[in-house]
Amino acid sequence: MIDLRGRHLISPSDLDLREISSIMSLAQSMQQNLSSYASLCRGKILATLFYEPSTRTKLSFESAMLRMGGNILGFSDASTSAVSKGESIADTIRVLDSYADIVVMRHPKEGAPKLAAQYSRVPLINGGDGGHQHPTQTLTDLLTIHMYLGRTSHLKVAFCGDLKYGRTVHSLIETLARYPGATFYLISPEELRLPPRLKEHLEQHSDCALIECRRMEEALPAVDILYMTRIQKERFFNEADYLRLKNSYVLDSDKLAQAKAKMLVMHPLPRVNEIAYEIDSDPRAVYFKQAELGVYARMSLMAHLLGVDGL
Amino acid sequence: MIEVAAIKKGTVIDHIAAGQGLWIFNKLNLGQLGHPVVLLMNVPSKRLGKKDIIKIENYTDVDTAMLGLIGSSITVNIIENEHVVDKVPVFIPDEVRGLFSCGNPRCVTNSDAYVIPLFHLHDARSLAYVCEYCEEITKVAWK
Ligand SMILES: [Zn+2]
Repeated sequence: MIDLRGRHLISPSDLDLREISSIMSLAQSMQQNLSSYASLCRGKILATLFYEPSTRTKLSFESAMLRMGGNILGFSDASTSAVSKGESIADTIRVLDSYADIVVMRHPKEGAPKLAAQYSRVPLINGGDGGHQHPTQTLTDLLTIHMYLGRTSHLKVAFCGDLKYGRTVHSLIETLARYPGATFYLISPEELRLPPRLKEHLEQHSDCALIECRRMEEALPAVDILYMTRIQKERFFNEADYLRLKNSYVLDSDKLAQAKAKMLVMHPLPRVNEIAYEIDSDPRAVYFKQAELGVYARMSLMAHLLGVDGL
Repeated sequence: MIEVAAIKKGTVIDHIAAGQGLWIFNKLNLGQLGHPVVLLMNVPSKRLGKKDIIKIENYTDVDTAMLGLIGSSITVNIIENEHVVDKVPVFIPDEVRGLFSCGNPRCVTNSDAYVIPLFHLHDARSLAYVCEYCEEITKVAWK
């Protein structure tokens, strides 16, 4: 029996694989039978403490709580909210945790949710802290993979784009590496390669294989998943490199033609131009579905942390 | 050479690399202890060429975690009746709270006045510590 009641979620590594699996299976039944969970969280309140705006994440959490019959309160921008500047996170959370049964915090400072969790009497979920962690995005990605491919082990996954600063990529790689038999194809410009420390960690703590590529075409025919990320122009060292390389990291139908028929194209969204619009109608493009599944992943997570998952 | 009388009871922090004595004096708040303290600087040393020494009378509760971070050469001698009765080992601490700040400018410990930075040893040779909060590595570099 998995019991996550009262726990916080700061990083995906706070959950073991059995706990993740329990969250996945409840999320799946929520997706299949949404109406039967419509009063699961009746009387519960979710506080959304967004110290920086992130409309998508906030709406996804709010939708998740509302779909379970709970209520929501919160703020979406600390500068216009009641949270005064200069107040410590500890003080804020010690007041606000009496207003809600569960809290999600988004904060530009890395480690802020971990600090908040040390003072919170109710479960606290990290809704993204700077470039550090975003565990519910990882759960969303896992759920998408689980639903479409039916497994999370023995996967060949290509990550394309900004692998240096992309926290979504880091979290997902670290988590998938905990399952047996993963192979990662890392497609990025030289300047935006996976951080050496993460590579070292993967090599020491998992059986995964890492293959670095410069071009998408090298990986596409082999992989089960292509995970695309946005490359910001400012990340390139010079304009010439940017112009030379920018199309290497754009997925279009010519490139997609080389992929397996069942491959998934994933993206944490929002996209800019790294996936051509012509791909959207391809059955392999699941990035909008990902956003939908994010609601079920968050519903299931909150039900577990509130201890109502067995009801 | 300047003569400084031996202390009867207390602590002698010896073999401090020359130039770090004053820094340690300040970091350990020795001026606030209310006990007699002497700081000797640039004392000739066989081992180090030059060294600093700190002598604190009637006080033995020195923060060795901090000293361990500063240098492996440092020795801490506890004195009673003018004799060394104990040599406190100085080693690189596994956990460090509040002695230095996180090198990651985006880390919450650099902007929230309430939180005390906490680090776990990552690599002893390079004095690399992982931040409890942001999980970035900070290498301890004095001076
Ligand atoms: Zn930090």
